[in-house]
Amino acid sequence: MNGERGANKEALFVSGHRACHGCGLALAVRHILKATGPDVIVVTPTGCLETFSSPYGYSPWRVPWIHHLFENAPAVASGIAAALSAQKRNNVRVVVIGGDGSTFDIGFGALSGMLERGDDVLYICTDNGAYMNTGGQRSGATPTYSSTTTHPVGRKSMGKPQLKKDLPAIVADHGTPYVATASVAYLKDLRKKVEKAMTYHGPRYIQIDTPCPSGWGFSSELALEIGRLGVNCGLVPLFEMENGSLTRVRKIRKKLQVTEYLKAQSRFKHLLQEDGSEYLKELQEIADQNIAKYALITSS
Amino acid sequence: MLEQTMSNVKVVEGSEAVALAVKGCRPEVISAYPISPQTHIVEWLARMMANGEMDTEYVRVESEFSAASVISGSSAAGSRSYTASSSQGLLLMTEVLYCSAGMRLPFVITGVNRALSAPITIQIDHQDTISLRDSGVIQFYVESSQEVYDTHIAAFKIAEDPQILLPVMVCMDGWILTHSYERINFIEQEKIDSFLPPFRPANFLDVNNPKAWGSYSEENVLMEFKYSVQQAMQYGKKRITEIFAELARITGRDHGGLIEAYRTEDAEVILLAMGSVVGTIKEAVDELRSIGKKVGLVKIRCYRPFPHEDIWEAIKAAKVVAVMDANFSMGSEGALGMDLKSKLCGMRDTPLVFDFIAGLGGREINVKTVRRIVEKAEEMLNKGLPLSESYWVDLNPEILP
Ligand SMILES: Cc1ncc(C[n+]2csc(CCOP(=O)(O)OP(=O)(O)O)c2C)c(N)n1
Ligand SMILES: [Mg+2]
Repeated sequence: MNGERGANKEALFVSGHRACHGCGLALAVRHILKATGPDVIVVTPTGCLETFSSPYGYSPWRVPWIHHLFENAPAVASGIAAALSAQKRNNVRVVVIGGDGSTFDIGFGALSGMLERGDDVLYICTDNGAYMNTGGQRSGATPTYSSTTTHPVGRKSMGKPQLKKDLPAIVADHGTPYVATASVAYLKDLRKKVEKAMTYHGPRYIQIDTPCPSGWGFSSELALEIGRLGVNCGLVPLFEMENGSLTRVRKIRKKLQVTEYLKAQSRFKHLLQEDGSEYLKELQEIADQNIAKYALITSS
Repeated sequence: MLEQTMSNVKVVEGSEAVALAVKGCRPEVISAYPISPQTHIVEWLARMMANGEMDTEYVRVESEFSAASVISGSSAAGSRSYTASSSQGLLLMTEVLYCSAGMRLPFVITGVNRALSAPITIQIDHQDTISLRDSGVIQFYVESSQEVYDTHIAAFKIAEDPQILLPVMVCMDGWILTHSYERINFIEQEKIDSFLPPFRPANFLDVNNPKAWGSYSEENVLMEFKYSVQQAMQYGKKRITEIFAELARITGRDHGGLIEAYRTEDAEVILLAMGSVVGTIKEAVDELRSIGKKVGLVKIRCYRPFPHEDIWEAIKAAKVVAVMDANFSMGSEGALGMDLKSKLCGMRDTPLVFDFIAGLGGREINVKTVRRIVEKAEEMLNKGLPLSESYWVDLNPEILP
């Protein structure tokens, strides 16, 4: 699809796509491209973003965009970066925007290879904590005790029993020069991180918390509010790691209890029943550990 | 014949011949993962780069899945691209290859033939590349290292033809071709350059002309997408023949078109085969001819698109076609046998077709094996037996359960 571009930075991902009402991911994409500017090629693995942004014959993308498979976006991106280098198109950069399922799970090997080789790719994971495109099945990014369609709550189940994979740490351990987490609840912060990532060469990784109204179970006007609750209870820490060290965190001004975040979403509602208190305690511990580990609260 | 200067004739390993062909084609991006017996090819390429003889981006990936994905990305970005693999590695590429063919991303793959697990082996047959026959990838099979060298140079031009735009796989038997030394006539660089100009696709990932690639499609367009690949295959038959002929004019070496018909004129029994076994079959045909048997051979050079029109011309006067398949579709029969039978079905006065499964997992096929196949075909012909099941050659009943 042809389209005018460049004149207006805001117009790189335009409206008319088929995302659900209140989709955090669609909002994130618009702001990512605001920060990258027009001279990027975007690679998107299979997932919600590919589905809602590419019904054949229509496209909201005003930058060159390619979808290939679910688990190979990092390698496709490496190939594009190699071609750009061979052709000396030095002004053009490659950005992957992929879901947590493709990033944490099925495409993890390809991601690791891309990071280890040091390829010049900005990899952005839009994390909605499950395989949303296929109906909300668990992923390695699903938070503990979230109910998913493949780990539903039942008489013998409290949802996903495992911890969320600590992917930013794993990525940083590859020697990746820039690693950050962000949230659509803090768009200025998100854009600043993308802009900063664009100043680095080599692999870079940003993981963006993108609340999903239909998957998480909240009403569509609340995506940003839910995002804020996640950050301010400590379950979604926002930080930057440069060359392996933690260089900046987004401080929590007023700490919230995890219940404030959990009770707003139906994926966690089983935890608020009377037999949920043990589990709530565990989640509060996870949040408190994040707060301590990343020093999210300035003691005054 | 063109005059040959000594400088462009050298005895080299088959793998080096492939690497030199690839180098001559000046790919901008190569990506590969090692697997026997493909390894020497990617090692030769790495050595050429290390020595500054080649200026190419070489992405050393963590899997064949990524190798095929990398060159899909680089092809979409407008760079001439190449990979090589074998056996399990080719299967690991399968999902990528279907997708890239559907997206019309041209690149060249050397498919070094090796059997598939289990049981694990490094011995050869064609099961690996045959398993990719439905993917939309054009497939050539070669008999010698000279043919593999020449075919690679044609392959890039075919893949990148604006009306084809598909991955092209040059299939060569592992060990027998990759690891043996042969006298190769090389083509001068200037001649390659004028035969194969730089890759300049009309569409590529371009910030000045942004387009969406790999869109989501539904029942309103998917069939047309797939049919257009079939159209490219059909058009390819003509174009491949032309490109092979153009290269033959430059080199003075004619390996044939989509097929090579060998002593088929008055043949009653015709063998149909592909790959390095063809050399052995030619020898057997010559022997049988010398004792008065009317035997011929059709060698398939281009397997996908399937050249049934050319095959028909070569076999229509024969009584029986003995197909030699180095692959098997479990629960059915060999792929080449199936292909030929399906195309003959509905035609009148066709030769009988018998499918022989031979050479799986490196099982030797020598001149005697071929003679036994011919005898068996004659025997079944004389008895008037229609053979609907494949005949497995040289099975050892002692180790069967
Ligand atoms: C090899 C393969 N396995 C499974 C699928 C089915 N599939 C498509 S998208 C998807 C989940 C996507 O999840 P995620 O990456 O988190 O993206 P989201 O849709 O949540 O944004 C799955 C399982 C597929 N397309 N390919
Ligand atoms: Mg997801």
